[in-house]
Amino acid sequence: MLDDKDRIFQNIYGLKDTSLAGAKAVGDWDGTKDLIKKGREWIVDEMKASGLRGRGGAGFSTGMKWSFMPKESGGRPVFLVINADEGEPGTCKDREILRNEPHKLVEGALLASVGIGAGAAYVYVRGEFLREAEALQRAVDEAYADGLIGKNACGSGYDFDMYVQLGAGAYICGEESALIQSLEGKKGQPRLKPPFPANVGLYGCPTTVNNVESIAVAPTILRRGATWFTSFGRENNSGTKLFCISGHVNTPCTVEESMSIPLKELIETHAGGVQGGWDNLLAIIPGGCSVPMLPRNICETVLMDFDGLSEVKSGLGTAAVIVMDKSTDLVSAIARFSHFYSHESCGQCTPCREGTGWMARMMDRMVKGEMTIDEIDLLEQVTKQVEGHTICALGDAAAWPIQGLLRHFRPEIERRLENRQSIDSGKAA
Amino acid sequence: MSTDEKTIEQPVSFEFSDENREKIKAQLAKYPKGKQASGVMPLLDLAQRQSGGWLPRAAMDHVAEVLDMAPIRVYEVATFYTMYNLKPIGDHHVQVCTNVPCWLRGSDNVVSACRKKLGIEFGETTEDGKFTLSEVECQGACVNAPMVLIGDDFYEDLDEGSMAAILDELQGGGTPTPGPQNDRKGCEPLGGLTSLKDQKGDG
Repeated sequence: MLDDKDRIFQNIYGLKDTSLAGAKAVGDWDGTKDLIKKGREWIVDEMKASGLRGRGGAGFSTGMKWSFMPKESGGRPVFLVINADEGEPGTCKDREILRNEPHKLVEGALLASVGIGAGAAYVYVRGEFLREAEALQRAVDEAYADGLIGKNACGSGYDFDMYVQLGAGAYICGEESALIQSLEGKKGQPRLKPPFPANVGLYGCPTTVNNVESIAVAPTILRRGATWFTSFGRENNSGTKLFCISGHVNTPCTVEESMSIPLKELIETHAGGVQGGWDNLLAIIPGGCSVPMLPRNICETVLMDFDGLSEVKSGLGTAAVIVMDKSTDLVSAIARFSHFYSHESCGQCTPCREGTGWMARMMDRMVKGEMTIDEIDLLEQVTKQVEGHTICALGDAAAWPIQGLLRHFRPEIERRLENRQSIDSGKAA
Repeated sequence: MSTDEKTIEQPVSFEFSDENREKIKAQLAKYPKGKQASGVMPLLDLAQRQSGGWLPRAAMDHVAEVLDMAPIRVYEVATFYTMYNLKPIGDHHVQVCTNVPCWLRGSDNVVSACRKKLGIEFGETTEDGKFTLSEVECQGACVNAPMVLIGDDFYEDLDEGSMAAILDELQGGGTPTPGPQNDRKGCEPLGGLTSLKDQKGDG
């Protein structure tokens, strides 16, 4: 288990003072000026060396992303955009950073902006997180008042502004280009790439979009050094990570742990174990609703990191662990997700707009047992036709939960359909 | 209260209050010159709050005027995002999450408590105009499931009894305390910390 002294988020439960004074007492804003003075290149190199992979779900190297920003912007302003549109079912970690550790985000935004050459950062907070946005705004105001951000931030000579913007209830705005569209005052519909935001982002200017957690861990990584961060987790999966454990566990919670912790250990150490005991486990969705579920035998040994979970055809995603015990009707659970994607599809690409609705209706028929057995193959085929054929990853995300269900529980589904059909034919006779 | 779209009474005009005008000035200062369209979502939110929880057509038109945008661009935004209500709603908007993490922890019981107490279904408003009940997608409080959003606040770690108690309190004109309805403060495990154990809560 991770030692408390190696936990980045020392106040993630909000049990201590969350104000600037409290944040400073746990080490935030310590020597920020010196870190800025080390310069843009040093910051990006240190982040690359730390191996931090984006905490929003895609897992792309944060340092690498920063390095893609143009060295010369040609007079255009450069922006950092922080994605706080947390809405992937199962995920509730950024909420805790916003309300309990907002200063880590403000300091991280400043350092990241130095790293990419940005003069301003916008934080796009989902509309329902009004209280969390208020907490962040308080931290921003405190940081301005203390000279930590604004003109000559921390006395470093660097000018930096930070703004908080609220969304209004659209899951798709968690996709970086949809988020940019929304920030510009438009419908949140993803843009075609290229051009990538690093060249043409917010207001057509060079922009980096990062998840809240990726930015909030940056100051500690820079202070304690890349080698400290890489001492946790396996190679290529380094660091510590916030995990949200929900569903059928005895004590659901959010906790910071080392990457590559075994899934079973994570649940038993922090979430009080599966309700009714480990043997009562049916399946786990290990990284938010978009990643395929895993049956118990895989959960037994799998490690919670990017590579470990992709080896078993799932993903770390947002590290939101949704636990389902044997009382769960998995078909109903996945059908609920299918309705979610159908509701949240922005409607721009035909395979997603039509496919998510179609998949949701098919899943409803599966729930009721009205589907025929050969339609299982048809459903699987349609998921493959949606996957990879849309501008953004929402289509993929809608396909994967169904694929995971079919991969691991097909015999159970066939039995369900057969039972239903034998009941029906009994009635007919 | 009728919520049939055809019978909605649309106010003839809308103007921002002086207080909101000040807020708008501060809001628009956040964006580069000429990019005031970025303010459309915050302004629609202000307009909705000023109009008692919904967005009349006149309010959208006024936002378009203030931001120098074509009205259609404002309607596009107002209809794309779920938090804008295009018809009147009750004083208390009870939004129940029924997505899987909440469902696994008993959101069905929360829904049935709301139905029983309020006597309405999703999408409906009580006769007295006090409550509107909606089904919503994941609100991002999954380790505190099941949860509802009422107004601007989250009520978490609910069961049928605590949900009913919250509605009773609202009915009686009170303000129930938001957050977890059991013994925890936030997202820590109930019954004792498993990390950061030195923290007893000195803040």
